Amino acid sequence: MKITVNVWRQKNAKTKGTIVKYNVDHVSPDMSFLEMLDVLNQQLIARGEEAIAFDHDCREGICGSCGVVINGYAHGGQQATTTCQLHMRSFKDGDEITVEPWRAKAFPVIKDLVVDRGAFDRIIRAGGFISAGTGSAPDANSTPVAKESADLAFDAAQCIGCGACVAACPNASAMLFTAAKVSHLGLLPQGQPERKTRVLNMVAQMDTEGFGGCTNIGECSAACPKEIGLHFIGRLNRDLLGASLTGGSSVD
Amino acid sequence: MAAALTLYRSTIGKKAIMALSGIIWYGFVIVHMIGNFKIFEGAEAFNKYSHFLREVGYPAVPEGTILWVIRIVLLVSLVMHVLMAIQLTRLDVSGRPVAYKKKRTKQASFASMTLRYGGLAILFFVVYHLLHFTTGAAHPDFEYGNPYNNVVIGFTAQPLTAVFYIVAVAALGTHLYHGVWSALQTLGLNNRRSDKLFRGVALLSGVVLFLGFAMVPVSVLLGIVK
Amino acid sequence: MTIETKPQVDSRSSVTYTDARLNANIPAGPIEQKWSKHKFEMKLVNPANRRKYTIIVVGTGLAGGAAAATLGEMGYNVQAFCYQDSARRAHSIAAQGGINAAKNYRNDGDSVYRLFYDTIKGGDFRAREANVYRLAELSVNIIDQCVAQGVPFAREYSGYLDNRSFGGAQVARTFYARGQTGQQLLIGAYQSLSRQVAAGTVKLNERTEMLDVIVIDGRARGIITRDMVTGKIESHVADAVILATGGYSNVFYLSTNAKGCNVTAAWRAHKRGAFFANPCYTQIHPTCIPVSGDHQSKLTLMSESLRNDGRVWVPKQAGDNRAPEQIPEDERDYYLERRYPSYGNLAPRDISSRAAKQVCDEGRGVGPGGLGVYLDFSDAIKRLGENAIRARYGNLFDMYERITGENPYKSPMRIYPAVHYTMGGLWVDYNLMSTIPGLFVGGEANFSDHGANRLGASALMQGLADGYFVLPSTIGNYLATGGYDKVDQSHPAVQEALNEVTQRTQKLLDINGTRSVDSFHRELGNIMWEYCGMSRTKEGLTHALKLIPELREQFWNDVRVLGSGNELNQELEKAGRVADFIELGELMCRDALERAESCGGHFREESQTPDGEALRNDDEYCYVSAWEHMGDPSQAVLHKENLEFENVKLATRSYK
Repeated sequence: MKITVNVWRQKNAKTKGTIVKYNVDHVSPDMSFLEMLDVLNQQLIARGEEAIAFDHDCREGICGSCGVVINGYAHGGQQATTTCQLHMRSFKDGDEITVEPWRAKAFPVIKDLVVDRGAFDRIIRAGGFISAGTGSAPDANSTPVAKESADLAFDAAQCIGCGACVAACPNASAMLFTAAKVSHLGLLPQGQPERKTRVLNMVAQMDTEGFGGCTNIGECSAACPKEIGLHFIGRLNRDLLGASLTGGSSVD
Repeated sequence: MAAALTLYRSTIGKKAIMALSGIIWYGFVIVHMIGNFKIFEGAEAFNKYSHFLREVGYPAVPEGTILWVIRIVLLVSLVMHVLMAIQLTRLDVSGRPVAYKKKRTKQASFASMTLRYGGLAILFFVVYHLLHFTTGAAHPDFEYGNPYNNVVIGFTAQPLTAVFYIVAVAALGTHLYHGVWSALQTLGLNNRRSDKLFRGVALLSGVVLFLGFAMVPVSVLLGIVK
Repeated sequence: MTIETKPQVDSRSSVTYTDARLNANIPAGPIEQKWSKHKFEMKLVNPANRRKYTIIVVGTGLAGGAAAATLGEMGYNVQAFCYQDSARRAHSIAAQGGINAAKNYRNDGDSVYRLFYDTIKGGDFRAREANVYRLAELSVNIIDQCVAQGVPFAREYSGYLDNRSFGGAQVARTFYARGQTGQQLLIGAYQSLSRQVAAGTVKLNERTEMLDVIVIDGRARGIITRDMVTGKIESHVADAVILATGGYSNVFYLSTNAKGCNVTAAWRAHKRGAFFANPCYTQIHPTCIPVSGDHQSKLTLMSESLRNDGRVWVPKQAGDNRAPEQIPEDERDYYLERRYPSYGNLAPRDISSRAAKQVCDEGRGVGPGGLGVYLDFSDAIKRLGENAIRARYGNLFDMYERITGENPYKSPMRIYPAVHYTMGGLWVDYNLMSTIPGLFVGGEANFSDHGANRLGASALMQGLADGYFVLPSTIGNYLATGGYDKVDQSHPAVQEALNEVTQRTQKLLDINGTRSVDSFHRELGNIMWEYCGMSRTKEGLTHALKLIPELREQFWNDVRVLGSGNELNQELEKAGRVADFIELGELMCRDALERAESCGGHFREESQTPDGEALRNDDEYCYVSAWEHMGDPSQAVLHKENLEFENVKLATRSYK
């Protein structure tokens, strides 16, 4: 196949970027989208041009490193698929593809398609954990956890922190990411002692980072490669409102 | 107090305020719509109903008190709703300073994407509607204390006004189709099991309120109410 | 099979090592008591004094993340580094199947001793007994710790933890979180780490690559890093350094590792004096998605857990091109069930991989190029229903379909072995300290626990045992023992290391040749896979040892690295890593050539039984090869740490 790609090129955080058009020949339908970019980069290097920078690592859809907006869709729009797992067979010969970085104030562009998602780490640091010091744990089976709770917690815990939710949201909101973590820990008995302070601190950090608010449009969940449900945002709201009304205290 | 402040400062808190004020207005428009149906019982019933609204609560409280209490609650709700909308919109817009060259949505409804514009349209309509039927400033032939006539003349003298009303209540229906579900979600009342039900309630709200409100100007235009 | 144990007396005095630096420091006493006794005998650092010590942790996977978090909790001043943009993305995240622990929740006869024995046997008797026993012992604490952190392991309807069975074991001792166990464990460690970052005990440096170790007076005292965004090359000094930088499978270019996985940290340490142990021990995982073309950038593993319900087969007839559904039952060869009736499709990884290679070499492979075998779920779907299979493996099936465009519920998967894990790594003693005092190595980066072959669900166990429990104890002992001076950035050795790294980086940029970094990497990968892959011969390895130095020569004369050093430059990063891979490749081939026996993942064609099974040579090769750098891989000197088996009798590993 022959493909034309319009790629966002930006030297660094300080300079302005622009879309540059490239032609890629000999694209195989079995290639992943990133392998197509690899091929393009080899062509660029051969011509003496700098390769396009993009984040990627495991290339099997779990590390959450990769992620670009392809033709207006975060990760390309295929259901439950990261950019690295998107294959060229979902495009046609002669297609023109626009490739842009995640766009959000909280995710500044570092270079080309690479953005800084440190805001997510800071949200986790604000409280996205259970304070169980090494060595302090009781026997793993001492607290049974209802299968339904464990399964639902797992659904939320699957978040790979890729940032597609923010990229797809018309408001660049990080609610789905935050909701997933708050729900994962809040659904487990081990997560109860810190449940209220956790949600208050994580939401406060989320707001500080400059993400937009949630208008419940649902594009986040639709773009999420792990299909994390919008209902987790409902859960986050419930936890946050409950915690706010009690001032974060778990005891009367 | 500290809790209220925390809420007000967070985007979720601001949205909770929007949801609560929205639900107050949602309740009001339902009652308003049911009240409107009095018009089909004739001029006397409609005018009597209108009068009832002024004197409800009398003699326990002076005439008009309840009406004013309701008006104040609605006004405060409206101000908060709009204020929060402005603040949140600013945050949302600043969330993405550099726009995409190409951006598409996968599943977003028209209603959810146009909530703000719909809200703005409704706000203008509410102001016009008050000037039209409450104070009469925007009415060609306003007669204080005769709302039935005001409605009939208001629409027959200016049929375009009736069309404007229909468009406005369509905007209201659309606003509610997303807004009602969104408010329930924002208040944390939604979960996996309730989601379908709440979406259904929102759809029903949008459709019923649109039809219910549109019925009056349509009936006047068709001469069913004259 | 019988397990023979020796009377429980200490006989370590009989251990020989050819080099004083290869003293494994294994505590005396019965194997069951070694670790507790050692913990008691080790010196401790007073809690109030811990913040005065700085510890560098490179890598934030299971071993590094867990170590940094735990050391932070203990009160040490920790500096953590990772090349990824977030600590949560380390490649431990990609482990699918599960984590072993000798909990015996199934009451099926499991015990610490059985896990120890299975691991020793699985490693083909090329691992150190004491380390492996400790690993089995700690496995129990790991599960407790992870559950307390909120890791959502699979549970039964009772609310208790579920288990499944895995290759190389006849008990169900594997804990799992759907097909994403590594992800969930890593997120647990990452969350603990995040808590310490917030508490200020750990300073985390993301997008930062370690490029050298600072050695002062024979001790590791810090590292040199490059900030991958600004290009700034910096020095960091400390009291001890932990490398938890993963394995080197990417020396083969195509592997199941993440694209960024590299040997640079370990190789730099090797060049500064850390011995590299058993570099030729690599694991070829039997269930990966076959290569689809020249564009292939990496291989994707399908969890071994699939072999619980999938049956592996090829046509009996070579060249049978019929669609799988059209091949009748009696014309199929379920070769694993046929050859290894007691373990069947759950035969260990090395054995399953080699068996797949053999049937493909016979011309019975399936799919394009004939490099594939079927993994068929139709029996399991018939028996349990499609929904049960979806519940167990849904995400893996989806992944397979996304990559290949084929639906595995309808037709069998095609799989082929791929490089997956490296058992070799930096040599460490019982305290996980390398031959450079103060330089500790954890997780896949060390060589310690898996011998010549790793059993499934053991890598996560080892990473977390090292990180949560072993390193935090043994480092305290090292620090408390003391005997070294404080140093700062102005020390000449720091400046020298800084200069070396700066010059090397500039050199890569200055070559300005004609070939891309990737083209060199692919060529190296082809050489390694061809001559140092699933089966190895003297001729092949000798040939590779001629090709690799030539490639290295070419690389340093003709590589093209565009852009500058003071910005994000992914080609520059890759170039530095590939340069190290080329050197490592040479050492691997030397090690494989030197070890003229077959054991675990290392199969020398010259050393096999008449029916094609690996033939170990315990008389000559029952040792750990530890290579000392002498300026060039071709000059590296081999040291041997003899392996003594006091509890387990060396036996022919049989899964028949």
